[in-house]
Amino acid sequence: MSRLIDVENLTLQFDTDEGRITAVDDVSFSLEAGEVMGLVGESGSGKSVTAKSLMKLNPRNAVYGPDTKITLHLDDGPVDVMSLQNDTEMKVVRGGAISLIFQEPMASFAPAISIGDQMVEQLLIHTDFSKAQAKELSIEMLDRVGISDPSTRFGQYAFELSGGMRQRAMIAMALSTKPKLLIADEPTTALDVTIQAQVIDLMKDLVSEFGMGIIFITHDLGVIAQTADKVAVMYLGRLVEQGTVRDVIRRPAHPYTRGLLAALPTLDDIDAPLTPIPGDIPSPLERPPGCVYNTRCQEVIGPRCSTEIPKFSQVDSDHAAACHLHDPQGDAP
Amino acid sequence: MSDTPLITAQNLSVHYPLRGNLIGPKPYVGAVENVTIEIAPGSFFGLVGESGSGKTTLGRAMLRAAPITKGDVLFEDGEVSYSLKNLGKQELKDYRKRAQLIFQDPYAALSPRMTVRDIIAEPLEVMGLTKSRVETDERVREIAAKCRLNVEHLRRFPHAFSGGQRQRISIARALVSGPKFIVADDSVAALDVSIQADVLNLLKAIQEDMGLTFLFISHDLSVVAHVCDHVAVMYLGRLVETAPTRTLFSTPRHPYTQALLSAIPSLDPDDRGCAQKLEGEIPSPTNPPPGCKFQTRCPHAIDRCRVEEPALESAGTEHNVACHRWQELAS
Ligand SMILES: Nc1ncnc2c1ncn2[C@@H]1O[C@H](COP(=O)(O)OP(=O)(O)OP(=O)(O)O)[C@@H](O)[C@H]1O
Ligand SMILES: Nc1ncnc2c1ncn2[C@@H]1O[C@H](COP(=O)(O)OP(=O)(O)O)[C@@H](O)[C@H]1O
Ligand code: SF4
Ligand code: SF4
Ligand SMILES: [Mg+2]
Ligand SMILES: [Mg+2]
Repeated sequence: MSRLIDVENLTLQFDTDEGRITAVDDVSFSLEAGEVMGLVGESGSGKSVTAKSLMKLNPRNAVYGPDTKITLHLDDGPVDVMSLQNDTEMKVVRGGAISLIFQEPMASFAPAISIGDQMVEQLLIHTDFSKAQAKELSIEMLDRVGISDPSTRFGQYAFELSGGMRQRAMIAMALSTKPKLLIADEPTTALDVTIQAQVIDLMKDLVSEFGMGIIFITHDLGVIAQTADKVAVMYLGRLVEQGTVRDVIRRPAHPYTRGLLAALPTLDDIDAPLTPIPGDIPSPLERPPGCVYNTRCQEVIGPRCSTEIPKFSQVDSDHAAACHLHDPQGDAP
Repeated sequence: MSDTPLITAQNLSVHYPLRGNLIGPKPYVGAVENVTIEIAPGSFFGLVGESGSGKTTLGRAMLRAAPITKGDVLFEDGEVSYSLKNLGKQELKDYRKRAQLIFQDPYAALSPRMTVRDIIAEPLEVMGLTKSRVETDERVREIAAKCRLNVEHLRRFPHAFSGGQRQRISIARALVSGPKFIVADDSVAALDVSIQADVLNLLKAIQEDMGLTFLFISHDLSVVAHVCDHVAVMYLGRLVETAPTRTLFSTPRHPYTQALLSAIPSLDPDDRGCAQKLEGEIPSPTNPPPGCKFQTRCPHAIDRCRVEEPALESAGTEHNVACHRWQELAS
């Protein structure tokens, strides 16, 4: 496998009326071609903002930290995403090398333009295809994602499709530019389980067919278990655990990951009580000092938890957690 | 069920008219077709099925908030006994305090310009249930406390609250009139697991504390398995299976129920792709297939399924299933 993207020290703040808030705090990870990474965490933990950063898609009030470095490894050599300034320079990542599937498929299609016209328009911007070629490819992609009668669907509008079909059409559009990296932000959250299972299958097929890397954002650990090779867990803007999907789900090393798993209703034991993580996620305006999870953690080991930011410690060869439990000495004397 | 049911849907159909031709029969959407269910007092009754299967419509009909086209809904709480189809104006007003809806959508319309206190108090004021502001405040504080909202919260506006807290506000608003029957509709919003666990625990605690009966509408079968005592499964407006929770999850008899269960993603990364996958999507209720409504997707469909609609029949204690082949498939 070859390296697809390196994210180093991604920090992102927003200027708001209430002050400057930190949405992403010193996040680093990397992804190989053909690899699926699941990004999990409660809503507000910074998953979507992280994903958009990879394409520098955040709004104007976003301020990237000075140490942020995002490197996309393309066939023609590495691209330093943070250094891309204007729309022309951004073309290489937006809709070209990287495609994004949004949480809400309705929001990603303009209501008054047919599905097909939007697909064609996108292809004309990002490829050298003629209009006829773009149409042909769009219909082919609709067919590939399992939409029956694709030439009719091509002329329809988003509101005329069911939720599942809309999601498939989104995927078809995102894949038509043959991206190297597909970012899927909660692509199945609003779907029925039966349709979700179909979409998951489809995405798996597409990885093996196109060999692209996928960042799969979801708060559903079951979906992660079924799709991802590795997992990154986020809480209040920080990564708290990273590892292979088996390690993270079977031997969660961070108290937050353990909390998420305990809160999950499973069919294995329907009499088991559901155990919520105590308390609410703090507002990003009031990020706790030290470990960001210390206000809710059930395993606090001492004052260090509220003074010292835990660093990632290796708990296994491909498994690391940022928690003082795994770093007994730390920086303290 | 030995108890008199608190609420019963009896051969209930809800049709919505569609714009159509001037000649020929008037077209309609059969959102709910000939559904019979009984909900015992104190039950936490789950209702599941894909989007568009008619869950919300059934729930709304039981609240007299959707038209009852055929059949009836009977409500019997020991104090009053109503046929919802034939409610007078005064009775309907009274029924509104006895039966309430909770939208389980944290982003649902909690008016941004009202304080939490006013949001919770509104039903009391609209229904004229309290006589003075002091009484209203007292009632609001009492119900807010049950939903783990404090006096400080009551002064604030809803935008300042997290998803979990907003849920607790909607719950308090639904409970303030002292209802007996609650329809909790999770619409589509998928909550964070931790908030979800917290809200479910709260609902269960309130149910026990206040002796409530719930119709719990959900997309998530794992959640239903954990909180409900009975479950009904709907498909294209029809009830296809109903059973006590344990029975439904251990011995599902309807091929649709089996497919739903099998589509739940397993938490075991080594257990990938062995699910029995359902092809296609739920057909449009404006143009349902003949015979069994599930025949277009059912892996077990035979010729008979394409012409004859199966009726609900007993498959065990309190267990009913509507499938021509359930017995054959069970053996
Ligand atoms: N007011 C209405 N007018 C016309 N059709 C309606 C109306 N309300 C619902 N329907 C239709 O009735 C059917 C059942 O809808 P309903 O909202 O009850 O489904 P549901 O099971 O609650 O779905 P979801 O899981 O998406 O909430 C759908 O086909 C819907 O389009
Ligand atoms: N444009 C913005 N302006 C200000 N704050 C924002 C903006 N976008 C996101 N945020 C904040 O950043 C944090 C992370 O948000 P997000 O990435 O959407 O979370 P997730 O996708 O994990 O649910 C949240 O606190 C959110 O309110
Ligand atoms: S560092 Fe301390 S507070 Fe943070 S997760 Fe570990 S034990 Fe809990
Ligand atoms: S009646 Fe026939 S089509 Fe319907 S669920 Fe049973 S086997 Fe399948
Ligand atoms: Mg998001
Ligand atoms: Mg609904």
